[in-house]
Amino acid sequence: MKQRDPELLLQHAPFLRQGMTTPTAMGDVLIALTPATLAGLWYFGISAVLVIGASIAGAVLTEIAFIGTERRGESLLDGSGLLTGLLLGLTLPPGLPMWMAFLGGVIALGLGKVIWGGLGNNLFNPALVGRAFLLATFPIAMTTWTTPDEAFWTFRATNFDIPFTYTEVDGITAATPLGLMKFEQQVMPLSNLFMGSTSGSLGETSGLLLILGGIYLYIRRDLDWRVPVSILLTVLVFSATLGLFDSERFPTPLFSVFSGGLLLGAIYMATDPVTSPTTPTGTWIFGIGIGLLVVLIRVFGGMPEGVMYAILLMNAATPLIDRFTQPRVFGHMRGDND
Amino acid sequence: MTESENRDYNEFIKGIWRDNPVFVQVLGMCPMLAVTNSAINAIAMGGATLFVLVGSSFLVAAFKKWIPKQVRISCFIIIIATFVTIADYTLLALVPVVHKELGAFIPLIVANCMILGRQEAFASKNTVRLAVMDALGMSTGFVIALFTLGAVREILGAGSLFGIDLFGAAWEPWVIMILPPGGFLTLGLILLVFNWMTQRKQMFMEKVAEAQRSDS
Repeated sequence: MKQRDPELLLQHAPFLRQGMTTPTAMGDVLIALTPATLAGLWYFGISAVLVIGASIAGAVLTEIAFIGTERRGESLLDGSGLLTGLLLGLTLPPGLPMWMAFLGGVIALGLGKVIWGGLGNNLFNPALVGRAFLLATFPIAMTTWTTPDEAFWTFRATNFDIPFTYTEVDGITAATPLGLMKFEQQVMPLSNLFMGSTSGSLGETSGLLLILGGIYLYIRRDLDWRVPVSILLTVLVFSATLGLFDSERFPTPLFSVFSGGLLLGAIYMATDPVTSPTTPTGTWIFGIGIGLLVVLIRVFGGMPEGVMYAILLMNAATPLIDRFTQPRVFGHMRGDND
Repeated sequence: MTESENRDYNEFIKGIWRDNPVFVQVLGMCPMLAVTNSAINAIAMGGATLFVLVGSSFLVAAFKKWIPKQVRISCFIIIIATFVTIADYTLLALVPVVHKELGAFIPLIVANCMILGRQEAFASKNTVRLAVMDALGMSTGFVIALFTLGAVREILGAGSLFGIDLFGAAWEPWVIMILPPGGFLTLGLILLVFNWMTQRKQMFMEKVAEAQRSDS
Protein backbone atom coordinates (compact mmCIF):
# COMPACT_ATOMS: atom_id res chain seq x y z
CA MET A 1 0.00 0.00 0.00
CA LYS A 2 1.36 3.37 -0.92
CA GLN A 3 1.19 6.15 1.57
CA ARG A 4 -0.60 9.33 0.60
CA ASP A 5 0.52 12.72 1.86
CA PRO A 6 -0.13 12.51 5.60
CA GLU A 7 -2.24 15.20 7.22
CA LEU A 8 -0.17 15.10 10.36
CA LEU A 9 3.51 14.39 10.07
CA LEU A 10 4.96 12.56 13.06
CA GLN A 11 8.75 12.50 13.08
CA HIS A 12 11.71 12.31 15.37
CA ALA A 13 14.13 15.18 15.84
CA PRO A 14 16.11 16.64 14.13
CA PHE A 15 13.66 18.74 12.19
CA LEU A 16 16.19 20.97 10.49
CA ARG A 17 16.62 19.79 6.95
CA GLN A 18 19.95 20.22 5.30
CA GLY A 19 19.09 20.75 1.65
CA MET A 20 22.38 19.34 0.43
CA THR A 21 21.91 16.02 -1.35
CA THR A 22 23.91 14.39 -4.08
CA PRO A 23 21.51 15.47 -6.86
CA THR A 24 21.51 19.12 -5.73
CA ALA A 25 25.30 19.19 -5.44
CA MET A 26 25.68 17.68 -8.90
CA GLY A 27 23.06 20.06 -10.26
CA ASP A 28 24.99 23.01 -8.83
CA VAL A 29 28.19 21.88 -10.51
CA LEU A 30 26.30 21.49 -13.79
CA ILE A 31 24.96 25.05 -13.44
CA ALA A 32 28.43 26.34 -12.58
CA LEU A 33 29.88 24.69 -15.67
CA THR A 34 27.21 26.10 -17.99
CA PRO A 35 29.01 29.42 -18.76
CA ALA A 36 32.28 27.66 -19.58
CA THR A 37 30.40 25.16 -21.74
CA LEU A 38 28.63 27.97 -23.58
CA ALA A 39 32.01 29.65 -24.11
CA GLY A 40 33.20 26.38 -25.63
CA LEU A 41 30.20 26.49 -27.99
CA TRP A 42 30.93 30.13 -28.81
CA TYR A 43 34.56 29.56 -29.68
CA PHE A 44 34.49 26.10 -31.19
CA GLY A 45 30.98 25.96 -32.62
CA ILE A 46 29.13 22.82 -33.50
CA SER A 47 32.20 20.68 -32.75
CA ALA A 48 31.75 21.38 -29.05
CA VAL A 49 28.19 20.05 -29.18
CA LEU A 50 29.29 16.92 -30.99
CA VAL A 51 32.28 16.08 -28.78
CA ILE A 52 30.63 16.90 -25.46
CA GLY A 53 27.42 15.13 -26.54
CA ALA A 54 29.32 12.00 -27.49
CA SER A 55 31.24 11.84 -24.22
CA ILE A 56 28.05 12.40 -22.18
CA ALA A 57 26.29 9.69 -24.20
CA GLY A 58 29.18 7.28 -23.57
CA ALA A 59 29.15 7.97 -19.84
CA VAL A 60 25.39 7.80 -19.32
CA LEU A 61 24.86 4.70 -21.50
CA THR A 62 27.63 2.88 -19.62
CA GLU A 63 25.95 3.75 -16.35
CA ILE A 64 22.65 2.39 -17.65
CA ALA A 65 24.30 -0.79 -18.90
CA PHE A 66 26.31 -1.66 -15.80
CA ILE A 67 24.33 -0.49 -12.80
CA GLY A 68 21.84 -3.07 -11.55
CA THR A 69 18.20 -2.44 -12.33
CA GLU A 70 17.22 -1.90 -8.70
CA ARG A 71 19.66 0.98 -8.22
CA ARG A 72 19.57 2.31 -11.77
CA GLY A 73 16.98 5.03 -11.33
CA GLU A 74 18.64 6.46 -8.24
CA SER A 75 22.08 6.33 -9.75
CA LEU A 76 21.01 8.01 -12.99
CA LEU A 77 18.98 10.73 -11.31
CA ASP A 78 21.83 11.91 -9.11
CA GLY A 79 23.39 13.33 -12.26
CA SER A 80 26.92 12.21 -11.50
CA GLY A 81 27.22 10.24 -14.74
CA LEU A 82 26.06 13.27 -16.70
CA LEU A 83 28.58 15.44 -14.86
CA THR A 84 31.42 13.00 -15.52
CA GLY A 85 30.55 13.01 -19.23
CA LEU A 86 30.41 16.81 -19.33
CA LEU A 87 33.70 17.25 -17.45
CA LEU A 88 35.40 14.76 -19.73
CA GLY A 89 33.98 16.49 -22.81
CA LEU A 90 35.29 19.85 -21.62
CA THR A 91 38.84 18.48 -21.46
CA LEU A 92 38.84 17.12 -25.01
CA PRO A 93 40.13 18.91 -28.11
CA PRO A 94 37.40 20.20 -30.46
CA GLY A 95 38.53 18.18 -33.48
CA LEU A 96 38.36 14.82 -31.69
CA PRO A 97 36.37 12.14 -33.53
CA MET A 98 33.02 11.54 -31.83
CA TRP A 99 33.68 7.82 -31.42
CA MET A 100 36.80 8.56 -29.38
CA ALA A 101 34.85 10.93 -27.13
CA PHE A 102 32.19 8.22 -26.73
CA LEU A 103 34.85 5.62 -25.86
CA GLY A 104 36.33 8.05 -23.35
CA GLY A 105 32.93 8.35 -21.68
CA VAL A 106 32.59 4.56 -21.55
CA ILE A 107 36.05 4.18 -19.96
CA ALA A 108 35.46 7.08 -17.55
CA LEU A 109 32.29 5.54 -16.18
CA GLY A 110 33.29 1.88 -16.55
CA LEU A 111 36.88 1.94 -15.30
CA GLY A 112 36.61 5.17 -13.35
CA LYS A 113 33.44 4.56 -11.38
CA VAL A 114 31.29 1.45 -11.87
CA ILE A 115 34.13 -1.03 -11.38
CA TRP A 116 34.97 0.47 -7.95
CA GLY A 117 31.39 0.03 -6.75
CA GLY A 118 29.73 3.21 -7.97
CA LEU A 119 29.59 6.79 -6.77
CA GLY A 120 31.58 7.40 -3.61
CA ASN A 121 33.88 4.39 -3.92
CA ASN A 122 36.17 5.46 -6.71
CA LEU A 123 39.78 6.31 -5.95
CA PHE A 124 40.38 8.44 -9.05
CA ASN A 125 38.38 11.21 -10.66
CA PRO A 126 36.34 9.34 -13.32
CA ALA A 127 36.50 12.10 -15.96
CA LEU A 128 40.29 12.24 -15.69
CA VAL A 129 40.55 8.46 -15.88
CA GLY A 130 38.71 8.68 -19.20
CA ARG A 131 40.98 11.47 -20.40
CA ALA A 132 44.17 9.68 -19.31
CA PHE A 133 43.03 6.59 -21.21
CA LEU A 134 42.30 8.61 -24.34
CA LEU A 135 45.61 10.48 -24.15
CA ALA A 136 47.59 7.24 -23.83
CA THR A 137 45.53 5.50 -26.50
CA PHE A 138 45.21 8.16 -29.18
CA PRO A 139 48.14 10.53 -28.55
CA ILE A 140 47.94 12.23 -31.95
CA ALA A 141 44.20 12.87 -32.01
CA MET A 142 44.27 14.08 -28.40
CA THR A 143 46.99 16.67 -29.06
CA THR A 144 45.74 18.03 -32.38
CA TRP A 145 44.27 21.42 -31.52
CA THR A 146 42.20 23.55 -33.86
CA THR A 147 41.78 27.30 -33.92
CA PRO A 148 38.78 28.80 -32.10
CA ASP A 149 37.99 31.48 -34.68
CA GLU A 150 35.90 29.65 -37.23
CA ALA A 151 32.21 30.11 -37.91
CA PHE A 152 29.75 28.27 -35.64
CA TRP A 153 28.56 25.90 -38.33
CA THR A 154 32.03 24.88 -39.48
CA PHE A 155 31.97 21.09 -39.40
CA ARG A 156 35.37 19.71 -38.56
CA ALA A 157 35.82 16.62 -40.71
CA THR A 158 37.63 14.66 -38.02
CA ASN A 159 34.55 14.79 -35.76
CA PHE A 160 32.79 12.46 -38.16
CA ASP A 161 35.48 9.83 -38.55
CA ILE A 162 34.03 6.34 -38.81
CA PRO A 163 34.57 4.42 -35.53
CA PHE A 164 38.08 2.96 -35.22
CA THR A 165 39.52 5.24 -37.90
CA TYR A 166 41.18 8.60 -37.76
CA THR A 167 42.21 10.94 -40.57
CA GLU A 168 45.19 13.08 -39.72
CA VAL A 169 44.66 16.70 -40.62
CA ASP A 170 47.19 19.32 -41.45
CA GLY A 171 46.83 23.03 -42.06
CA ILE A 172 44.11 23.98 -39.63
CA THR A 173 45.88 22.93 -36.47
CA ALA A 174 47.07 25.43 -33.88
CA ALA A 175 49.25 24.92 -30.84
CA THR A 176 47.87 25.65 -27.38
CA PRO A 177 49.29 28.60 -25.39
CA LEU A 178 51.26 26.14 -23.26
CA GLY A 179 52.59 24.36 -26.34
CA LEU A 180 53.63 27.69 -27.89
CA MET A 181 55.33 28.65 -24.66
CA LYS A 182 57.16 25.38 -24.25
CA PHE A 183 58.24 24.63 -27.77
CA GLU A 184 58.37 28.03 -29.50
CA GLN A 185 58.88 30.47 -26.60
CA GLN A 186 55.90 32.61 -27.62
CA VAL A 187 53.76 34.08 -24.87
CA MET A 188 50.02 34.46 -25.40
CA PRO A 189 48.57 37.80 -24.15
CA LEU A 190 46.86 37.37 -20.82
CA SER A 191 43.58 38.93 -22.03
CA ASN A 192 43.15 36.13 -24.60
CA LEU A 193 43.65 33.54 -21.88
CA PHE A 194 41.20 35.34 -19.62
CA MET A 195 38.42 35.54 -22.21
CA GLY A 196 39.17 32.20 -23.82
CA SER A 197 39.94 33.02 -27.44
CA THR A 198 42.86 30.59 -27.63
CA SER A 199 43.13 27.08 -28.91
CA GLY A 200 42.85 24.34 -26.32
CA SER A 201 40.38 21.90 -24.86
CA LEU A 202 36.69 22.77 -25.24
CA GLY A 203 36.06 24.08 -21.74
CA GLU A 204 39.43 25.15 -20.46
CA THR A 205 40.09 28.30 -22.46
CA SER A 206 38.11 30.98 -20.64
CA GLY A 207 39.61 31.72 -17.23
CA LEU A 208 36.97 34.30 -16.36
CA LEU A 209 33.94 32.03 -16.77
CA LEU A 210 35.60 29.15 -14.94
CA ILE A 211 36.32 31.41 -11.96
CA LEU A 212 32.74 32.74 -12.01
CA GLY A 213 31.44 29.16 -11.84
CA GLY A 214 33.82 28.48 -8.97
CA ILE A 215 32.52 31.48 -7.03
CA TYR A 216 28.95 30.25 -7.56
CA LEU A 217 29.93 26.83 -6.19
CA TYR A 218 31.60 28.45 -3.18
CA ILE A 219 28.48 30.51 -2.42
CA ARG A 220 26.35 27.37 -2.68
CA ARG A 221 28.84 25.61 -0.37
CA ASP A 222 29.45 22.79 -2.80
CA LEU A 223 33.16 23.27 -2.84
CA ASP A 224 35.97 23.29 -0.34
CA TRP A 225 37.68 26.61 -1.06
CA ARG A 226 40.98 25.30 0.30
CA VAL A 227 41.54 23.02 -2.68
CA PRO A 228 41.49 25.56 -5.55
CA VAL A 229 43.09 28.28 -3.41
CA SER A 230 45.97 26.08 -2.32
CA ILE A 231 46.54 24.80 -5.87
CA LEU A 232 46.49 28.26 -7.44
CA LEU A 233 48.62 29.83 -4.69
CA THR A 234 51.21 27.08 -5.00
CA VAL A 235 51.38 27.51 -8.76
CA LEU A 236 51.70 31.30 -8.38
CA VAL A 237 54.45 31.09 -5.75
CA PHE A 238 56.38 28.29 -7.44
CA SER A 239 56.24 30.01 -10.85
CA ALA A 240 57.30 33.33 -9.35
CA THR A 241 60.22 31.62 -7.62
CA LEU A 242 61.31 30.02 -10.86
CA GLY A 243 60.90 33.37 -12.61
CA LEU A 244 63.47 34.87 -10.22
CA PHE A 245 66.10 32.56 -11.67
CA ASP A 246 65.36 33.02 -15.36
CA SER A 247 62.40 35.16 -16.33
CA GLU A 248 63.02 34.46 -20.04
CA ARG A 249 62.73 30.72 -19.85
CA PHE A 250 59.99 30.24 -17.26
CA PRO A 251 56.40 31.45 -17.74
CA THR A 252 55.08 34.29 -15.61
CA PRO A 253 52.93 33.31 -12.60
CA LEU A 254 49.70 34.67 -14.10
CA PHE A 255 50.31 32.93 -17.41
CA SER A 256 50.79 29.69 -15.48
CA VAL A 257 47.47 30.08 -13.72
CA PHE A 258 45.36 31.06 -16.69
CA SER A 259 46.81 28.77 -19.36
CA GLY A 260 45.94 25.16 -19.96
CA GLY A 261 43.49 23.18 -17.88
CA LEU A 262 44.64 24.46 -14.50
CA LEU A 263 41.49 26.41 -13.58
CA LEU A 264 39.14 23.71 -14.86
CA GLY A 265 41.11 21.07 -12.96
CA ALA A 266 41.60 23.07 -9.78
CA ILE A 267 38.00 24.26 -9.44
CA TYR A 268 35.94 21.36 -10.80
CA MET A 269 38.05 18.20 -10.73
CA ALA A 270 40.42 18.36 -7.78
CA THR A 271 37.48 19.41 -5.57
CA ASP A 272 35.54 16.21 -6.25
CA PRO A 273 34.54 15.30 -2.65
CA VAL A 274 35.00 11.58 -3.31
CA THR A 275 38.62 11.75 -4.41
CA SER A 276 40.00 14.58 -2.26
CA PRO A 277 40.97 14.42 1.44
CA THR A 278 38.37 15.13 4.11
CA THR A 279 40.48 16.89 6.75
CA PRO A 280 41.40 20.60 6.40
CA THR A 281 45.12 19.91 6.83
CA GLY A 282 44.90 17.09 4.33
CA THR A 283 43.17 19.38 1.84
CA TRP A 284 46.05 21.85 2.03
CA ILE A 285 48.61 19.08 1.49
CA PHE A 286 46.54 17.78 -1.43
CA GLY A 287 46.30 21.19 -3.10
CA ILE A 288 49.96 22.09 -2.59
CA GLY A 289 50.95 18.70 -4.00
CA ILE A 290 48.87 19.26 -7.13
CA GLY A 291 50.28 22.78 -7.60
CA LEU A 292 53.87 21.58 -7.30
CA LEU A 293 53.33 18.66 -9.65
CA VAL A 294 51.61 20.86 -12.25
CA VAL A 295 54.54 23.28 -12.43
CA LEU A 296 57.12 20.50 -12.31
CA ILE A 297 55.49 18.60 -15.19
CA ARG A 298 54.91 21.73 -17.26
CA VAL A 299 58.38 23.22 -16.82
CA PHE A 300 60.65 20.21 -16.51
CA GLY A 301 58.58 17.39 -18.02
CA GLY A 302 58.29 16.34 -21.64
CA MET A 303 54.64 17.40 -21.99
CA PRO A 304 53.35 20.95 -22.16
CA GLU A 305 50.44 20.24 -19.77
CA GLY A 306 50.37 18.24 -16.54
CA VAL A 307 47.18 19.12 -14.64
CA MET A 308 45.56 15.75 -15.35
CA TYR A 309 48.47 13.64 -14.11
CA ALA A 310 49.00 15.95 -11.13
CA ILE A 311 45.40 15.47 -9.98
CA LEU A 312 45.41 11.71 -10.62
CA LEU A 313 48.66 11.28 -8.68
CA MET A 314 47.34 13.23 -5.71
CA ASN A 315 44.05 11.25 -5.92
CA ALA A 316 46.17 8.15 -5.38
CA ALA A 317 47.78 9.77 -2.33
CA THR A 318 44.43 10.85 -0.84
CA PRO A 319 43.76 7.80 1.41
CA LEU A 320 47.26 8.12 2.85
CA ILE A 321 46.85 11.87 3.45
CA ASP A 322 43.52 11.22 5.16
CA ARG A 323 45.10 8.64 7.39
CA PHE A 324 47.96 10.86 8.52
CA THR A 325 45.90 13.98 9.12
CA GLN A 326 43.14 12.60 11.33
CA PRO A 327 42.44 15.24 13.99
CA ARG A 328 42.81 14.41 17.66
CA VAL A 329 39.58 13.03 19.04
CA PHE A 330 38.16 15.39 21.68
CA GLY A 331 39.13 14.25 25.14
CA HIS A 332 42.00 12.07 23.97
CA MET A 333 45.65 12.79 24.61
CA ARG A 334 48.02 13.36 21.73
CA GLY A 335 49.08 9.95 20.42
CA ASP A 336 46.01 8.22 21.82
CA ASN A 337 44.34 7.85 18.48
CA ASP A 338 45.90 4.60 17.42
CA MET B 1 36.76 -45.05 -21.08
CA THR B 2 38.62 -46.99 -18.43
CA GLU B 3 39.17 -45.52 -15.03
CA SER B 4 42.82 -44.62 -15.61
CA GLU B 5 42.01 -42.97 -18.93
CA ASN B 6 39.33 -41.04 -17.16
CA ARG B 7 41.86 -39.87 -14.56
CA ASP B 8 44.27 -38.80 -17.33
CA TYR B 9 41.52 -36.83 -18.97
CA ASN B 10 40.60 -35.13 -15.69
CA GLU B 11 44.19 -34.13 -14.97
CA PHE B 12 44.47 -32.71 -18.45
CA ILE B 13 41.21 -30.81 -18.60
CA LYS B 14 41.44 -29.18 -15.17
CA GLY B 15 44.36 -27.03 -16.30
CA ILE B 16 42.40 -25.62 -19.20
CA TRP B 17 39.34 -24.42 -17.34
CA ARG B 18 38.72 -25.21 -13.67
CA ASP B 19 42.29 -24.62 -12.43
CA ASN B 20 43.53 -22.48 -15.31
CA PRO B 21 46.98 -21.26 -14.22
CA VAL B 22 46.35 -17.67 -15.32
CA PHE B 23 42.64 -17.00 -14.99
CA VAL B 24 42.03 -18.97 -11.79
CA GLN B 25 45.39 -19.36 -10.03
CA VAL B 26 46.75 -16.04 -11.34
CA LEU B 27 50.27 -17.47 -11.69
CA GLY B 28 52.94 -16.65 -14.24
CA MET B 29 51.98 -12.98 -14.38
CA CYS B 30 55.41 -11.77 -15.47
CA PRO B 31 55.42 -13.35 -18.96
CA MET B 32 51.65 -12.88 -19.08
CA LEU B 33 51.96 -9.10 -18.93
CA ALA B 34 55.35 -8.60 -20.50
CA VAL B 35 55.32 -10.53 -23.76
CA THR B 36 51.68 -10.52 -24.82
CA ASN B 37 51.85 -7.38 -26.94
CA SER B 38 51.44 -9.49 -30.07
CA ALA B 39 49.93 -12.89 -30.81
CA ILE B 40 53.14 -14.36 -32.22
CA ASN B 41 55.17 -13.42 -29.11
CA ALA B 42 52.45 -14.91 -26.93
CA ILE B 43 52.45 -18.18 -28.87
CA ALA B 44 56.26 -18.43 -28.82
CA MET B 45 56.33 -17.79 -25.08
CA GLY B 46 53.49 -20.29 -24.54
CA GLY B 47 55.26 -22.91 -26.64
CA ALA B 48 58.52 -22.50 -24.74
CA THR B 49 56.70 -22.73 -21.42
CA LEU B 50 54.82 -25.85 -22.57
CA PHE B 51 58.07 -27.55 -23.51
CA VAL B 52 59.74 -26.64 -20.21
CA LEU B 53 56.78 -27.65 -18.07
CA VAL B 54 56.14 -31.00 -19.75
CA GLY B 55 59.85 -31.87 -19.81
CA SER B 56 60.51 -30.98 -16.20
CA SER B 57 57.29 -32.60 -14.92
CA PHE B 58 58.35 -35.79 -16.67
CA LEU B 59 61.83 -35.76 -15.15
CA VAL B 60 60.70 -34.76 -11.69
CA ALA B 61 58.04 -37.47 -11.59
CA ALA B 62 60.54 -40.02 -12.87
CA PHE B 63 63.25 -39.10 -10.36
CA LYS B 64 61.02 -38.32 -7.40
CA LYS B 65 62.33 -41.29 -5.37
CA TRP B 66 65.94 -40.13 -5.67
CA ILE B 67 65.39 -36.45 -4.94
CA PRO B 68 66.10 -35.77 -1.22
CA LYS B 69 63.26 -33.89 0.40
CA GLN B 70 65.51 -31.24 1.96
CA VAL B 71 66.98 -30.02 -1.34
CA ARG B 72 64.04 -30.74 -3.62
CA ILE B 73 63.48 -27.09 -4.65
CA SER B 74 67.03 -26.69 -5.91
CA CYS B 75 66.77 -30.01 -7.74
CA PHE B 76 63.55 -28.85 -9.42
CA ILE B 77 65.17 -25.57 -10.39
CA ILE B 78 68.17 -27.33 -11.96
CA ILE B 79 65.85 -29.58 -13.99
CA ILE B 80 63.74 -26.61 -15.07
CA ALA B 81 66.81 -24.55 -15.94
CA THR B 82 68.07 -27.35 -18.16
CA PHE B 83 64.92 -27.29 -20.22
CA VAL B 84 64.84 -23.48 -20.29
CA THR B 85 68.36 -23.45 -21.72
CA ILE B 86 67.31 -25.94 -24.40
CA ALA B 87 64.25 -23.82 -25.24
CA ASP B 88 66.36 -20.65 -25.30
CA TYR B 89 68.87 -22.00 -27.82
CA THR B 90 66.18 -23.70 -29.91
CA LEU B 91 64.24 -20.44 -30.29
CA LEU B 92 67.47 -18.59 -31.07
CA ALA B 93 68.24 -21.07 -33.84
CA LEU B 94 64.74 -21.34 -35.31
CA VAL B 95 63.15 -17.90 -34.94
CA PRO B 96 65.87 -15.34 -34.10
CA VAL B 97 63.49 -12.38 -34.58
CA VAL B 98 60.99 -13.63 -32.00
CA HIS B 99 63.85 -14.63 -29.71
CA LYS B 100 65.16 -11.07 -29.82
CA GLU B 101 61.71 -9.63 -28.98
CA LEU B 102 61.16 -11.98 -26.06
CA GLY B 103 64.64 -11.10 -24.81
CA ALA B 104 65.17 -11.63 -21.11
CA PHE B 105 61.80 -13.24 -20.65
CA ILE B 106 62.91 -16.64 -21.98
CA PRO B 107 65.55 -17.18 -19.24
CA LEU B 108 62.96 -15.87 -16.80
CA ILE B 109 60.75 -18.91 -17.51
CA VAL B 110 62.87 -20.51 -14.74
CA ALA B 111 61.21 -18.16 -12.29
CA ASN B 112 57.67 -18.81 -13.53
CA CYS B 113 55.76 -19.78 -10.38
CA MET B 114 53.42 -21.95 -12.38
CA ILE B 115 56.22 -24.36 -13.36
CA LEU B 116 57.80 -24.73 -9.93
CA GLY B 117 54.30 -24.89 -8.44
CA ARG B 118 53.35 -27.89 -10.59
CA GLN B 119 56.57 -29.73 -9.63
CA GLU B 120 56.03 -29.12 -5.94
CA ALA B 121 52.28 -29.69 -5.87
CA PHE B 122 51.81 -32.42 -8.44
CA ALA B 123 54.73 -33.98 -10.31
CA SER B 124 56.72 -34.86 -7.19
CA LYS B 125 53.75 -36.80 -5.76
CA ASN B 126 52.31 -38.58 -8.80
CA THR B 127 53.20 -41.07 -11.50
CA VAL B 128 55.03 -40.02 -14.63
CA ARG B 129 51.94 -40.51 -16.74
CA LEU B 130 49.70 -38.34 -14.57
CA ALA B 131 52.45 -35.71 -14.19
CA VAL B 132 52.79 -35.39 -17.95
CA MET B 133 49.02 -35.17 -18.42
CA ASP B 134 48.83 -32.49 -15.73
CA ALA B 135 51.73 -30.56 -17.28
CA LEU B 136 50.12 -30.76 -20.72
CA GLY B 137 46.81 -29.48 -19.39
CA MET B 138 48.33 -26.67 -17.37
CA SER B 139 50.54 -25.45 -20.18
CA THR B 140 47.71 -25.67 -22.70
CA GLY B 141 45.67 -23.49 -20.36
CA PHE B 142 48.63 -21.12 -20.14
CA VAL B 143 49.01 -20.98 -23.92
CA ILE B 144 45.29 -20.29 -24.33
CA ALA B 145 45.47 -17.46 -21.80
CA LEU B 146 48.59 -15.96 -23.36
CA PHE B 147 47.09 -16.17 -26.81
CA THR B 148 43.79 -14.59 -25.74
CA LEU B 149 45.62 -11.66 -24.19
CA GLY B 150 48.11 -11.34 -27.05
CA ALA B 151 45.38 -11.48 -29.71
CA VAL B 152 43.21 -8.84 -27.99
CA ARG B 153 46.17 -6.54 -27.49
CA GLU B 154 47.49 -6.96 -31.02
CA ILE B 155 44.09 -6.54 -32.68
CA LEU B 156 43.31 -3.33 -30.76
CA GLY B 157 46.84 -2.04 -30.51
CA ALA B 158 48.01 -2.62 -34.05
CA GLY B 159 44.92 -3.63 -36.02
CA SER B 160 46.55 -6.91 -37.01
CA LEU B 161 46.80 -10.56 -35.96
CA PHE B 162 50.04 -12.55 -36.41
CA GLY B 163 51.33 -9.50 -38.28
CA ILE B 164 48.55 -9.70 -40.88
CA ASP B 165 46.73 -6.40 -41.30
CA LEU B 166 43.04 -6.88 -40.47
CA PHE B 167 41.37 -3.54 -40.98
CA GLY B 168 43.35 -1.60 -43.56
CA ALA B 169 45.30 1.63 -43.29
CA ALA B 170 42.48 3.76 -41.85
CA TRP B 171 42.52 1.82 -38.55
CA GLU B 172 43.56 4.01 -35.66
CA PRO B 173 45.72 1.89 -33.34
CA TRP B 174 45.02 1.98 -29.59
CA VAL B 175 48.59 2.75 -28.56
CA ILE B 176 47.91 1.97 -24.90
CA MET B 177 47.20 -1.68 -25.72
CA ILE B 178 50.79 -2.27 -26.84
CA LEU B 179 52.14 -0.53 -23.74
CA PRO B 180 52.27 -2.17 -20.27
CA PRO B 181 48.99 -0.54 -19.06
CA GLY B 182 47.20 -2.32 -21.90
CA GLY B 183 48.38 -5.65 -20.51
CA PHE B 184 47.04 -4.86 -17.06
CA LEU B 185 43.74 -3.52 -18.41
CA THR B 186 43.13 -6.49 -20.69
CA LEU B 187 44.11 -9.05 -18.06
CA GLY B 188 41.89 -7.33 -15.51
CA LEU B 189 38.92 -7.31 -17.85
CA ILE B 190 39.43 -10.96 -18.82
CA LEU B 191 39.64 -11.94 -15.11
CA LEU B 192 36.44 -9.98 -14.55
CA VAL B 193 34.60 -11.87 -17.27
CA PHE B 194 36.02 -15.20 -16.05
CA ASN B 195 34.93 -14.63 -12.46
CA TRP B 196 31.54 -13.41 -13.59
CA MET B 197 31.00 -16.58 -15.64
CA THR B 198 32.13 -18.80 -12.77
CA GLN B 199 29.77 -17.01 -10.42
CA ARG B 200 26.85 -17.31 -12.85
CA LYS B 201 27.50 -21.02 -13.25
CA GLN B 202 27.62 -21.50 -9.50
CA MET B 203 24.33 -19.68 -9.02
CA PHE B 204 22.77 -21.74 -11.79
CA MET B 205 23.96 -25.00 -10.20
CA GLU B 206 22.60 -23.94 -6.84
CA LYS B 207 19.23 -23.21 -8.40
CA VAL B 208 19.19 -26.60 -10.13
CA ALA B 209 20.07 -28.36 -6.87
CA GLU B 210 17.32 -26.49 -5.06
CA ALA B 211 14.76 -27.38 -7.73
CA GLN B 212 15.73 -31.03 -7.50
CA ARG B 213 15.40 -30.98 -3.73
CA SER B 214 11.95 -29.45 -3.84
CA ASP B 215 10.88 -31.98 -6.50
CA SER B 216 11.79 -35.04 -4.47
